[in-house]
Amino acid sequence: MNHLLIAPLLLPATAAMLNLLLADRGTGLQRFVSFCAVVVLLPVAILLLGLAGSGAFWVYQPGNWPAPFGIVLVLDRLSALLLLVTAIVALFSLLYACNGDDLRGRDFHVLFQLLLLGVNGAFLTGDLFNLFVFFEILLIASYCLSLHGSGPERTRAGLHYVVLNLIGSSMFLIAVGILYAVAGTLNMADLAVKVAAGAPEQATLLRVSALLLLVVFGLKAALLPLHLWLPALYAKGVAPVAALFAILTKVGLYAILRTSILIFGVNGPESILSGTWLPALALLTLTAGVVGVLGSDRLRRLIAYLVVLSSGTLLAGIAQFSVPGITAALYYLPHTTLVTAGLFLLADLIARQRGRTGDHLSPAPPLEQPTKLGVLFFLGAVSAAGLPPLSGFIGKLLLLQAVAPADAVWLWIVVLAGSWAGLIALSRAGSRLFWKTEGGRPATLPAGLPRLAPAAVLLGLSVAMTVFAAPITRYAEATAIQLLQPQDYIAAVLDRGKQP
Amino acid sequence: MEAVAALTVGVLVACGVYMVLRARTFPVVLGLSLLSYAVNLFLFFTGRLVTGAPPLAGGTAPTADPLPQALVLTAIVINFGMTAFVVILSLRALGELGNDHVDGGGEKK
Amino acid sequence: MNLLLILLLPLFGAVLPPLAMRLGSLASARTAAGVTTAALLLTAVPLLRVFNGIPVEARWVWLEQAGFDICLRFDGLAAMFVLLILGMGLLIILYAHYYLSAREPAGRFYGLLLLFMGAMVGIVLSDHLLLLLVFWEMTSLSSFLLISFWHHRPEARSGARMALAITGTGGLAMLAGFLLLAHIVGSYQISVILAAGDIVRGHPLYAPTLLLILLGAFTKSAQFPFHFWLPHAMAAPTPVSAYLHSATMVKAGVFLLARLFPALAGTDMWFFVVGGTGLATLLFGAYAAMFQNDLKGLLAYSTISHLGLIVLLFGIDTPLAAVAGLFHIINHATFKASLFMGAGIIDHETGTRDMRLLNGLRPYMPYTAALAMVAAAAMAGVPLLNGFLSKEMFFAETLHLNAMGSFSRLLPVAATLAGIFAVAYSWRFIHDVFFNGEPVNLPVYPPHDPPRYMMIPAALLVGVCLLVGIFPVYTVEPVLARAAGSMLGGPPPVFSLAVWHGFTTPVKMSLVALLGGLALYTQLRKLMAFHDRVVTMPDALTNFRIFIERVVETARAGTVLLENGSLQRYAVLLLLAGTTAVAVPLLFGDAPLTGPLPLSTIDGPTLLGAAVMMGAALVTVLWQRQRFRALIAFSVVGLAAAMAFVRFSAPDLALTQLSVEVVTIMLLLLALFFLPQQDRAESSPLRRGRDLLLALGLGTGTGLLTWGVLTRPQETISGFFTANSLPGGGGANVVNVILVDFRGFDTLGEITVLACAAIGIFALLDNLCLPPGPDEGGGRSWADERHPLVLAQTTRFLLPLALLVSAYLFLRGHNAPGGGFIAGLVTAIALILQYMASGIAWIRQQWRMHYHPVIAWGVLLALATGTGSFLFNRPFLTSAFGHFHLPLVGEIELATAMLFDLGVYLSVVGVVMLILATLGKLTGRCAEAMGEYWWKR
Repeated sequence: MNHLLIAPLLLPATAAMLNLLLADRGTGLQRFVSFCAVVVLLPVAILLLGLAGSGAFWVYQPGNWPAPFGIVLVLDRLSALLLLVTAIVALFSLLYACNGDDLRGRDFHVLFQLLLLGVNGAFLTGDLFNLFVFFEILLIASYCLSLHGSGPERTRAGLHYVVLNLIGSSMFLIAVGILYAVAGTLNMADLAVKVAAGAPEQATLLRVSALLLLVVFGLKAALLPLHLWLPALYAKGVAPVAALFAILTKVGLYAILRTSILIFGVNGPESILSGTWLPALALLTLTAGVVGVLGSDRLRRLIAYLVVLSSGTLLAGIAQFSVPGITAALYYLPHTTLVTAGLFLLADLIARQRGRTGDHLSPAPPLEQPTKLGVLFFLGAVSAAGLPPLSGFIGKLLLLQAVAPADAVWLWIVVLAGSWAGLIALSRAGSRLFWKTEGGRPATLPAGLPRLAPAAVLLGLSVAMTVFAAPITRYAEATAIQLLQPQDYIAAVLDRGKQP
Repeated sequence: MEAVAALTVGVLVACGVYMVLRARTFPVVLGLSLLSYAVNLFLFFTGRLVTGAPPLAGGTAPTADPLPQALVLTAIVINFGMTAFVVILSLRALGELGNDHVDGGGEKK
Repeated sequence: MNLLLILLLPLFGAVLPPLAMRLGSLASARTAAGVTTAALLLTAVPLLRVFNGIPVEARWVWLEQAGFDICLRFDGLAAMFVLLILGMGLLIILYAHYYLSAREPAGRFYGLLLLFMGAMVGIVLSDHLLLLLVFWEMTSLSSFLLISFWHHRPEARSGARMALAITGTGGLAMLAGFLLLAHIVGSYQISVILAAGDIVRGHPLYAPTLLLILLGAFTKSAQFPFHFWLPHAMAAPTPVSAYLHSATMVKAGVFLLARLFPALAGTDMWFFVVGGTGLATLLFGAYAAMFQNDLKGLLAYSTISHLGLIVLLFGIDTPLAAVAGLFHIINHATFKASLFMGAGIIDHETGTRDMRLLNGLRPYMPYTAALAMVAAAAMAGVPLLNGFLSKEMFFAETLHLNAMGSFSRLLPVAATLAGIFAVAYSWRFIHDVFFNGEPVNLPVYPPHDPPRYMMIPAALLVGVCLLVGIFPVYTVEPVLARAAGSMLGGPPPVFSLAVWHGFTTPVKMSLVALLGGLALYTQLRKLMAFHDRVVTMPDALTNFRIFIERVVETARAGTVLLENGSLQRYAVLLLLAGTTAVAVPLLFGDAPLTGPLPLSTIDGPTLLGAAVMMGAALVTVLWQRQRFRALIAFSVVGLAAAMAFVRFSAPDLALTQLSVEVVTIMLLLLALFFLPQQDRAESSPLRRGRDLLLALGLGTGTGLLTWGVLTRPQETISGFFTANSLPGGGGANVVNVILVDFRGFDTLGEITVLACAAIGIFALLDNLCLPPGPDEGGGRSWADERHPLVLAQTTRFLLPLALLVSAYLFLRGHNAPGGGFIAGLVTAIALILQYMASGIAWIRQQWRMHYHPVIAWGVLLALATGTGSFLFNRPFLTSAFGHFHLPLVGEIELATAMLFDLGVYLSVVGVVMLILATLGKLTGRCAEAMGEYWWKR
């Protein structure tokens, strides 16, 4: 029983409510509280990574009721990794937001912390209905944040996002209901046991629920054709919010990875997910991403489609349901999250210095800080396009190696096409944003360190991920192996056998 | 009884879906709520149809399944929050976009 | 380690020159030169070993999962190229220091140059495919930045982008090829792959592997038809052209051919593809070079043709041809780089590179003229110069070839023809620039020789041309032998470098080429006129721009086709996906849907309730355009749902449903105060049909699922809850105990959602003022100032009662239907009744009280209750309870769970009040606005 497991939930929850109390006590205090919570979250996440790194499963039982009756939080390598990524992205988005974006609407810090609560909860919980609850928390928080700063464009994108996700939530509940009706339990590990032992006449209902969950999570992960809400939302949202949202699609992919392997046992013959569904979905999403990246006329939109592209790439890895495939995905996931987050911040910095033209790829007055921003952009572009030597290349390399050349010609073509699109689109964008200038200097102030640093660090982490590729990949591989042996997870949760 | 229950859920879903696909915010809101009613009923029915035996402990007679009820209660509350939010959001959209079309005007942006 | 240092020195040294810029451009240049010299000195040690015939190797394991090791290998071939890269680099830096003007950011230039240098060294040192690829792409990227050094010029930007697009794409193809190659051999290490040549050639995947890798090599080395980026890369500063686009980067492609020669060569495919491409490039380049008026353009096309020559030699794939190819790599690098330098000097001193203006410069800049003329002669293949030797070998090889039967007779002819062209354009370079009358209105007049140091690099290179040309055996022979040996993977072949082998056929061919070239030059004017009339050279740059823009346009169109900004479209897709998820298993699943459970008989009331519910839902849809009526029908659905809960023994749910229903309807009414009351049909019949179909589909699906569920026997974990509710949770109402204890964690999340929703709503309504609805019918009547006194009084009297009720519901909640949530809603409703009755003025007063803290305290209380259990080292939210005796009340049970429930109660009250009060404030504000609006009427 290690209380550290619940810290990632208590910290943001408390911080959020404190900020709610401090609503009219000035922003300084709110920022301080919010900042403290996030700063503490980082070491906590690192400690948890250390715990999970031992390969053991850590089970926490809020309410002290044993699984499957009570709700349990489960920490394994996967959840620890995602918690860490979330904490990093959160820290730097917050630092950036504290430059004034947090004042463009009410209660930014409350909502920010609540979003973190939802995301962390989704990564930690071992109970399907509880997963639904945390999804709702992160959704309602994301609704509010996506509307932060208001404006017609934002409102429209927000409205679409909200309505679609409300429909999605209904489907989620139906899927949960079916599972409960069939298996009579909600704990994921217990569900795994019951589903595996399920009589054949339950197969139809189980498949319906598996597919419904795929649709629901696919909506969050922005898989084709459910990705259409994303570009507008991410392109219009306030920069730090967009950066933070880089983690949201990963929550959907996490849920797919978790439930499909654990509950429905993809390796079992009965599973409907082990078929060609997912690879095909991945290919389609990748294609949509490629086309979108090429067709974007605004930098923010381009980055938004890079997010779609990365969702496709990740699913392509996950859909292999093999150690190499999942390893590739789990190396690629932190890379793409951090880089896209950094790019969203950078795009904002660039747009601020281009006057009315903003991030539109048309001639504008020269930037105030062409060199600083240019270096950062080059870094991010190379990394995002998956060109050597940065982490994007390593991720794609691992993915391409994970599939045999014989049976994955299409995947190879599309993944390489993704790099090609990135190369073309980003060189075009860069040349237009930085070089194709007209008119004199705009009267914009240069961005200070408080704004530059967050973007720089997030993009710089891509270099770090390259230097430390070996240990990261080793961790990812261990995670993949752990994931593909769900029986250990089940044993740990149900009889807490492996609980240290 | 089962058939009627199934039919009810089906009809509610159908109505909800149809309303959700309308072009104005108000029917969409109603549609979402209808959908949530249907879902709540479905979730409730996963405890099967038990009459006259509310889940109170202490008794000896078998009672209705309490767990789905708890889930539905949570679902109702969350739905309430969401509905309230989307209602107000539709007002915001009306204010920002000038009309109550879900796309804030014409079909295309 | 030493090898790694040679590699890392330039890569990391790249940061120094920009820093040194603070001390001026000279310091910057010195640092760059220093770094290069250091790297050059470091090569001495491995060089000695290589000359003793032992290649130097180094290896570090890096990324096992990807088989990605750091393998470096310094053999003869690598040695030759490293010397070329670093030596040439040093000269270029010296040259560039005088070339760049004081205003230009020299620091950046040298930095990028070093970066490129390091990447280039990396390519030739790598003994690992992936490592090689990494450096390969790094050269593309750094050359992109070098070409666009003058990024204010459009042609520089486009030229750079085009070069990156072509070479980068080639690199991606090459990656695929490398992965296949490694898949065939089972290793990425090049020395291993070279040893497994037979396996590679015999493998079914050989063809795609070869083609993909060649694609990479040919794009990099500007082979026809991928040659067109090179001339446009000439927009770069001349030092860059001299270094990247004549001496080193474009040689990377041919280096790769040499490197993988033992593994890939030796098949007909290799011969025809490589040889054919080489030949085509050789002829095309030489031909096109004659018609360039721009000095650098001429040099660019001649570079293309010489690269073609080298590729052709490798394609012929005899040992001696390989030697000739390597030899020509060195020779071409020397004379072409010096020519570029000369062109740069001329450009620098006269301000133009147009040969139609540049005439008779010899008297003005004698030294430059002398250097350029010797170099040009070498390019033409004049005896006693290095170009002559390698060309001789080339001619000889074309003769000894009879793989293609009678067709192979044509090869010497083609070679000679190319030779003729080469002589022609070389002679044009000399004659048109340095002789041929007087210069025509030069931008800078009179031109003169540049500072001495600027000429030194060119002079040195020309010296090399002469030395090699006259004493090949003592100068280049040893290097060449080692290089050829390691390229062919065996002992170096026997070859003799001599200026004179006797009056052989190759010599005759050279003679023909020389005379023919001079003759051709005399006719060049006519030929140019003819050429301009017949052939129109496509402008690659414009085509590239058009192509990219077309790609972008198509992509945008494709994107918008899907992402058209219509929510209805997105919703349809989502619901369609949902329908598929439900339908596919139902339709194709073999398992039976209906379970074995016996059906229960239906009674009147239930049937009636169900009928009402369905009817009301349908009516809601039918009346959707008369929104008030629709809302009424809709509320009936909610009530029916509550009835259903009552019927099937869920009192808690019924109570919750009812109270939520009330609040929701209030909200919708308030909303209708602003939204249009009526709505005209706007969806086309077609779309309505589509929606109807979708609705029916999903409805049927869910219905069937419900049926399947209800007819199945259930085994569930709920028994545990019923059993442990009293002993473990201290409450008889199992549902409530689950909510506050067994699954209290969910409830915590649930109130968080509520709180968040309230906060969001508050933010949404912040400074939002809406115009009153187009026709404010019923909506206004109760949001108005005038209020029936009776209602006000009664509600005032009702308030305490309601509060009492809610308190009662709260306390009994743990054991009987009720609980914090319901109690909270009842309280809220009571308060709202006040608001409805007493109207805006009253709510204004209420407004002074803030609801945020109430919510916050509520959730915090719940959290605190949870964390309290830490004190007893129990996990979060562990509950405890005990029975106490209070006077008057009697036996009462207190549970921590109730504290938690109190948190729920508080937050619910706060949330509901916040939402409705805020909205009320809005209605108030706008009701006033509307009042004025009416007044003006």
